Amino acid sequence: MTNLTQTQVRERIEKNLASRHRTEKLFRGLGIASIAFGVLAVVILFSDIIGKGSGAFMQASIQLEVHYDTEVLGIDQVDDESLTWANFSGVIRQALRERFPSVTGRSDKRELYTLVSSGAPFTLRDRLAENPELLGKSEVVWFAADDDVDTFIKSLKDSKEGFRGRTSDQKAGWIEQLLETGELKKRFNTIFFTNGDSREPEQAGIRAALMGSLFTLLVTLALSFPIGVAAAIYLEEYAPKNRWTDLIEVNINNLAAVPSIVFGLLGLAIFINFFELPRSAPLVGGLVLTLMTLPTIIISSRAALKAVPPSIREAAMGMGASRMQVVFHHVLPLAMPGMLTGAIIGMAQALGETAPLLMIGMVAFIVDVPGGVTDPATVLPVQIFLWADSPERAFVERTSAAIMVLLSVLILMNASAVMLRKKLERRW
Amino acid sequence: MSTMTLDAAERTESARSELTGKKVAVSQAEVRKTVGQPFSDTAKLRMRDVNVFYGESQAIHNVSLDIGRNEVVAMIGPSGCGKSTFLRCLNRMNDTIEGCRVEGELSLDGEPIYGAKVDVVPLRARVGMVFQKPNPFPKTIYENVVYGPKIHGIASRRADLDEIVENSLRRAGLWNEVKDRLDKPGTGLSGGQQQRLCIARAIAVSPEVILMDEPCSALDPIATARIEELIDELRENYTIAIVTHSMQQAARVSQRTAYFHLGHLVEVNDTETVFTNPEHELTEAYITGRFG
Ligand SMILES: Nc1ncnc2c1ncn2[C@@H]1O[C@H](COP(=O)(O)OP(=O)(O)O)[C@@H](O)[C@H]1O
Ligand SMILES: [Mg+2]
Repeated sequence: MTNLTQTQVRERIEKNLASRHRTEKLFRGLGIASIAFGVLAVVILFSDIIGKGSGAFMQASIQLEVHYDTEVLGIDQVDDESLTWANFSGVIRQALRERFPSVTGRSDKRELYTLVSSGAPFTLRDRLAENPELLGKSEVVWFAADDDVDTFIKSLKDSKEGFRGRTSDQKAGWIEQLLETGELKKRFNTIFFTNGDSREPEQAGIRAALMGSLFTLLVTLALSFPIGVAAAIYLEEYAPKNRWTDLIEVNINNLAAVPSIVFGLLGLAIFINFFELPRSAPLVGGLVLTLMTLPTIIISSRAALKAVPPSIREAAMGMGASRMQVVFHHVLPLAMPGMLTGAIIGMAQALGETAPLLMIGMVAFIVDVPGGVTDPATVLPVQIFLWADSPERAFVERTSAAIMVLLSVLILMNASAVMLRKKLERRW
Repeated sequence: MSTMTLDAAERTESARSELTGKKVAVSQAEVRKTVGQPFSDTAKLRMRDVNVFYGESQAIHNVSLDIGRNEVVAMIGPSGCGKSTFLRCLNRMNDTIEGCRVEGELSLDGEPIYGAKVDVVPLRARVGMVFQKPNPFPKTIYENVVYGPKIHGIASRRADLDEIVENSLRRAGLWNEVKDRLDKPGTGLSGGQQQRLCIARAIAVSPEVILMDEPCSALDPIATARIEELIDELRENYTIAIVTHSMQQAARVSQRTAYFHLGHLVEVNDTETVFTNPEHELTEAYITGRFG
């Protein structure tokens, strides 16, 4: 050991070098493999969801010439009252009978009527409410087809027979006839973006859930960001380091690890049972999610504050800045990008949260789009859960479509976090 | 091990233990009592029996020193001997350090620096500080200079601020280099320029005393020479206490030099005396480079 010649030393180094290179290669290989695995998982997930869900953005629609017959409708002028009890389904039935004059039998007729969605009368009512001068006149209107029709024609491209389900041969014949003349077409599914939930898949949309999520997140952001940042500033800049602050720190970290369902139970007990806030409301949802996201925001904000170089604090203090001036003039602007990133990540977590919201009743069947934080509402992930649970085949693609919307919102949020960070980060 | 030759660091180390050994054996009391002329008739800053503790450990032992009006006092000594600690007592920058405790009488123009009633904000406006590492704010050059005047309410009109900026930068010898880029970030300047910007920022509030903690240790020789020149010019208007690890620098810029050793103030004398004819053996050992 003691008497190595220079050549011997060099030989040993060479030998050692080879094994070092080997380990390095191995490590790089492992890294690439794990990244490839991650990318593959994402690709599989996305292609599955997009494959299943993209169909939902198109909806089978039937073109019918309707006549706003005062006699059939049973009204002679257009006002709020008459619109509520006017017989719009009669008009649609008449239009269907006129389109298929050969259908005469009672049960055949009833089957004919199931071609269009049971929501079609509402489409017609909205048309007439907007254009009262149409009363007594005719026009061509596109109606959403029934979900059975929708499923059937969408499955036609997979197999020649298509998925029949409850569709009889006779009905399939009518559908083919309409398809040939172009009176039955897949059109962009606006309903999916304008409606709330519905028992009828062709009338179900994500608007209510989207707005519910928006209101819930607004409440969460409005509460958790200021509270979280204030707590972080206090703990980082003002609090003395003693046993109490240690205890608080441990508890904040614990809070981050509490299962979310527990927060739901807490919310139910405190906000709904004790404070008697409304059930199913975004307000309560936001409060519960605030409890959940607070630790995330506090922890990331503290990390951002810690990352501000102490020399900046010293410089400001040396100039005679008070503690608050040091924080607000120098530390906070530098820590802000990190804090915002933390907040957006917290919001993204909150957006995907389901369990605690089930506990506070945001799982209700909500048809109306909520207009405020106290209206009953549901949120996107809960809507996905509800649709995934529905038996109609048309809900399968709507479930996936809702997931796509949720994922897009998440991607948008994360992208904006990155952009905001880039923008706010000091260029120097 | 024993066959190995001593390298430079170890030589210093053994010199140090030799010296400390001597100190304990012979002149314990001598170390405690500062030799030379720690006091001044025109004291701007007056410190008496200052003790500083970090938690349990004592970093400064019974230091008494005056810093005279329009005087540059250099503080030298081996690293870790408490120069920065002592300097930071003078504008209470130690307040922010958890567990740091300062005892003794410190006064600025006869007014106490420490005390329940003393507000650090006006104190720090009167006693400015320049740090070891240039630390301009990550803002524009202009904003860096006007920050002090703004927070202290010295000026708020644009014209007044412009004037302060120009004056301060001129006095810091930076005006000609940056007058066309006042709206550019201060952190984009070179190290030496940044340090002069920090000096401009400090003098923008017209302080009476400027504390400098090794202001040139992160700079190249040319930038260092520039700052040293500047210190000499600033002496006309300000009282300056400067910590430095460079004895040449102390010799060049200061009128009096204080030598610290292990938290004790060993010797204070005219700079020339300290470097040519030190009274204390520890001072002599240090300036002759026997340890550092
Ligand atoms: N923040 C601190 N906490 C505890 N001890 C400290 C702190 N700062 C300095 N010290 C100790 O005080 C002594 C003097 O340090 P310092 O004043 O920085 O020396 P110098 O500036 O002369 O190199 C050293 O022993 C150092 O370890
Ligand atoms: Mg130091």
